[in-house]
Amino acid sequence: MPNEMLQLFWTCGIFAVLIFIIGFYCLLATYNLIRALIGVELLIKAVTLLIVVAGFVSGHMALAQALVITLIVIEVVVMTVAAGVILNVYMHNKSLDVRELRNLKG
Amino acid sequence: MNIFILIVLIAAALWTMMTRSLLRSAIGLALTSALLTVLMFRFQAPLAAVFELSVCAGLISVLFIATISLTQPLSKQEALEYMKERISRFWYLPVIVVLAGIALSLLPMKLELTMPSPEIEKDVRMVLWNLRQFDIFGQIIVILAGVFGVVILLKERQ
Repeated sequence: MPNEMLQLFWTCGIFAVLIFIIGFYCLLATYNLIRALIGVELLIKAVTLLIVVAGFVSGHMALAQALVITLIVIEVVVMTVAAGVILNVYMHNKSLDVRELRNLKG
Repeated sequence: MNIFILIVLIAAALWTMMTRSLLRSAIGLALTSALLTVLMFRFQAPLAAVFELSVCAGLISVLFIATISLTQPLSKQEALEYMKERISRFWYLPVIVVLAGIALSLLPMKLELTMPSPEIEKDVRMVLWNLRQFDIFGQIIVILAGVFGVVILLKERQ
């Protein structure tokens, strides 16, 4: 494999890890359900970037695109259902704060 | 050029997380998606890029904005108190990202990737409809599951 391609993969891999860190930190630090969902979305973005770069570097771009399309479809469905769950939680609790979700405690 | 786009991508992702307003967060996420789309075009993945732009930057942003508008925003006083608490939790994030970036870039690049490539499919349609046909069925089932999930979740109570 050419050295420039490896360099590109390495660089994009580092940036993908950084986006992953941002999303993961958001999941750990936030108390708002919508912001947690945005954090999950960022995690998916990091994975998408990594798949595209891996496909470009290895020359399997068609396969990588097929995987990314599958990933996007799953992402949309997950986001839609999660948004529905968040709306339901809001209707029940009148709050989006995860600290107030104590209905199932114990 | 790719490096510049990647840096802007990280900045957009950071802004998405750091900004106080949820609406701005949703817009930041759309911006992150749009920048990822530019990268995909540059990496010769036009079909995935079009999907990313239309679905992730468009549809999901609309979904987030609709969810945000359907939930009641905080009052000014609450928002001010919440902001102070948020800053204390989130100011670490840029520092962590910068430090992690420096640490990762200092790592020695030890990549010996040998790709098994017996036959390389050039056309994404051939891959989707022939090679990864099972994925299509999976996608259909996932979409149906999502539709039924939303219908059940938002069903009016009798």
